[in-house]
Amino acid sequence: MAEFIMPSLGADMKNGILVDWRVKPGDQVKRGDIIADIETDKGGFEVEVYSDGVIDRLLVEPGGDKIPVGTVLATIASATEQPTFAPAQSTERRIKASPAARKLAAEHQIDLSRVSASGAGGAITLADIETAIKTATQEQINPPSAPPERPKASAEGLRKAIAAAMSLANREIPHYYLATEIDMSRALAWQEEYNRQHPISERLLPVVLLLKATALALTRIPELNAYWVDGKPVIRPEVNIGFAVALRGGGLITPALANVDRLSLAQLMSAMSDLISRTRAGKLRASELTSAGITVTSLGDLGVRSVFGVIYPPQVALVGFGRISERPWAENGAISARPILTATLAADHRASDGHLGARFLDTLDKLLQEPEKL
Amino acid sequence: MTEADIRTLIFEIIVQIAPEIDSADISATENLREELDIDSFDFLKLLIALSEQLSIEIPEQDYERLISLNDLVTYLKDRLSENKT
Amino acid sequence: MMGEQRLKTTYQEAVRSGLRDALLRDERVFLMGEDVGCYGGCFAASKGLLDEFGPERIRDTPLSESTFTGAGIGAALGGMRPIVEIMTVNFSLLALDQIVNNAATYLHMSGGQFNVQLVIRMATGGGKQLAAQHSHSLEGWYAHIPGIKILCAATLEDARGMLWSALQDPDPVLIFEPSVLYPMEGELAADAGAVAIDRARLHRQGKDLTLISYGSCLYKCLDAADTLAAEGIETELIDLRVLRPLDEQTFLTSVEKTHRALIVDEGWRSGSLAAEISARIMEQAFYNLDAPVERICSAEVPMPYAKHMEEAALPQVEEIVKTARRMVRG
Repeated sequence: MAEFIMPSLGADMKNGILVDWRVKPGDQVKRGDIIADIETDKGGFEVEVYSDGVIDRLLVEPGGDKIPVGTVLATIASATEQPTFAPAQSTERRIKASPAARKLAAEHQIDLSRVSASGAGGAITLADIETAIKTATQEQINPPSAPPERPKASAEGLRKAIAAAMSLANREIPHYYLATEIDMSRALAWQEEYNRQHPISERLLPVVLLLKATALALTRIPELNAYWVDGKPVIRPEVNIGFAVALRGGGLITPALANVDRLSLAQLMSAMSDLISRTRAGKLRASELTSAGITVTSLGDLGVRSVFGVIYPPQVALVGFGRISERPWAENGAISARPILTATLAADHRASDGHLGARFLDTLDKLLQEPEKL
Repeated sequence: MTEADIRTLIFEIIVQIAPEIDSADISATENLREELDIDSFDFLKLLIALSEQLSIEIPEQDYERLISLNDLVTYLKDRLSENKT
Repeated sequence: MMGEQRLKTTYQEAVRSGLRDALLRDERVFLMGEDVGCYGGCFAASKGLLDEFGPERIRDTPLSESTFTGAGIGAALGGMRPIVEIMTVNFSLLALDQIVNNAATYLHMSGGQFNVQLVIRMATGGGKQLAAQHSHSLEGWYAHIPGIKILCAATLEDARGMLWSALQDPDPVLIFEPSVLYPMEGELAADAGAVAIDRARLHRQGKDLTLISYGSCLYKCLDAADTLAAEGIETELIDLRVLRPLDEQTFLTSVEKTHRALIVDEGWRSGSLAAEISARIMEQAFYNLDAPVERICSAEVPMPYAKHMEEAALPQVEEIVKTARRMVRG
C-alpha cells in the first residue's frame, strides 16, 4: 500500500491545506496524475501522485486545518493489493513529541509542526518546547488562540516563506560571486533570424537561449546542479532549472523547468510560457516547486545590469542575467558597440570553488557564441 | 474596426494577463509595459493574442515601436488597414 | 545526629545485629530455619546466636520449607513473634502455599479476627555464582500478592533496622536480603536502630533522569550515576526499599521533576516489578514524561553458573550509563 502525503514544496514549507480531492476511493490512478489541490503560503498547487494503483482511502477531509508536511493524506493500493475502501479515518500523522512536550506545547499554543526536535529518535522534547516558547515570545510567531481560520495564500504568507528561505540561505551558505560579460551579438542575430522565419506565437525570447545555454553548461559542470545535503553536495540526476517568476502583487516563485538540456529552443519557449502563466494563475504542480537543482534569475527586463542572487537551499548555485544592452566592446584592437550581457554566478563555497564557477561562466559564454548549436 | 474597438480588445487581453489592472488607470502615452508592470513574456503574450485575434503579423523588428498604448493602437490600426488593401 | 559515632561493619553483621536486638527486646521473638543454629545460618547471619539465646529461640529445622513456614504462621497466631529464615527465594517456592494461601489470607479468611504477625527473611539474587537454583530474584512475584508486605534491604541501615519494624507490623512481612551484599563493608551509626518501612529513599538528587532500583542494583546505579554526573547528566536515584505496597509518591514526584525514568530491576523483565512501576508512571505521570520509561532487567534465562555468563545476564553499570545517556541526550 503506497502513501500519498502532504508534499514539502521547499525547505520553508511546514504545512499546507488540502483544498480538494480530485479522486475518490476506487479511482484508478497512475504516476503523474493530479489527485489533489493544496494551498500553501506560496499559493495553490496541484499535487501529483507518484505511484500507480487504486485510491484506497482518503484519510483527510478537504478544507479545515493546516496539515503538517509528511502527513499521510491517502493510501493507494497497488494493482496486486486488494483495496480496503474503509471509511475515512482521522489521521493526522502524529508528530513525534514526548507527552510532557505536548502538554507544555498545548498550554502555550505552540504548533508542534514548527518546533525542531532534539530528543532520542527525533522526538520533540520538553526543552525544545521551552526554546520554542522563548522564541515565540520574542518574535510573536505563534498563531493566536483564536479559532483557526483557513489561511489564504497571501502576499504576506509568501513574503514570510521567502524571508524564511532567504534568511536560512544567508545564514548557512557561504556565497561567492562571479560575473562575466558576454557578447550577445551572435546569439541575438541568430535569434532575430529565427524569429523572422516564425510566426509570432512561435518566436523566441532571448532568455530562452540563456536558459538552454545554462542547462548545457551544467551538463559539463554538473557540480553546480546539486543539493547540499548532510554536509556534502549531491549532484542532481536531471538538469531542472528553477526560474524566478515575479508575481504581480509582490513576491516570487521559482518553479522548475524539467530537463532543460534536452528540450529544443521551441519546446523550451513553450514550456516556459506555460510555466509562467500557470505560476501567475496559481496552477503549479507540487513537483514543479521541488525539483529544481539550480535557480536562474533574469532581471534584464527591468534594466538591471547584473544580478547577485541568494541561493535557494538546498541548491548550491544561482545564475543571474542582467539586461542585454549595447556597450563599447574591444576586440582585436578595435572598439565597437555590441549587445552585452552581464552573467553572474552566486555559488555555495562549501560545494564548489571559484575555479569551478569561473569554468561554468566561461562555458556559458562559449555556448552563447554558437547559438545555432543550442 | 475603430480605434475604440482596438482599445477595447487590448483591454480585454490585458485583463486576462494582469487581472488586477484597472484599464481606466492606464495612461495612453506612457510606457505600457511599465504601466502594467509586465515582463517581456507577458508583453509577448499580449502581442500574440492581438496578432491572433486581428489576424495580423507583428514582426519582431516592430516591437521597439510599440511603447505606449497609443503606439500600439495606432500601429494595429495601420496594420489592419494595410491588410484590407 | 550530628557527630554520631560510626562503626565499621558488614551487611551480614548488620543483619545479625538486627536479629540480636529483636531477640533481646522481645521474648516472644524467635528465629527458625535451616542451619540457623549450629551452623550459624547459610550466610552466617545468625552466627553465635544459638550460644547466646539457646535452642528454644534459635531453632534448626528439618529441610522442609513448607513445614517450618507453616509452623511460623501457627506460632504467630499463637501470639509469638517468629522470624522464619529461608535460605534463598528459590527455596521459598516450597513454602509458597503457606505464604500465599495461608499467611497472606488469614486475616481475610477469619473475617478480620487473626493477624499473622510473622516475618520471613530470605536471600535473593545472583552475583555469587550459585547458578540457576539459588540465584533468582523472585521478590517481584511476592510483590504481586495482597496481604503481605515486601521489603528489600539494600543498605546497612536497612539490614540492621528493617527487622524490628517488620516485627511490629501486624501482618506478614517478607524481608529480602540480596545474597551478594552479605560481605559488603561499610559504616553504620553505633546507635543504629529500627527504620521506617513505608517509604522509598532518595539516594541522590538530580534533574535529568530518575533511576529507580532496589537491592544490589542500587550500587550499580550509584556507580552509573557517578559516571553520568561526570558527563553532566544529573540523575536522581531512588531505592524502593518497600516493594509492596509501592511508594508511588516518591518516584512520581521525582519523574515530575526529571521527566525521564529508568528502572533497574534484577528480576526478569516480563511481568516484572519494573513493568509494574513503568505502568504506574505511564498511568499517573504520562504528561510529565519526556521520553519513554525504560527498564534494565536480567536476561530471561535461568541464571548461568559461569562468572562471565552470570555477569552478562545481570544488569550492569555500563548498560545503565548507556541507556541513561541515550534517554537524556538522544
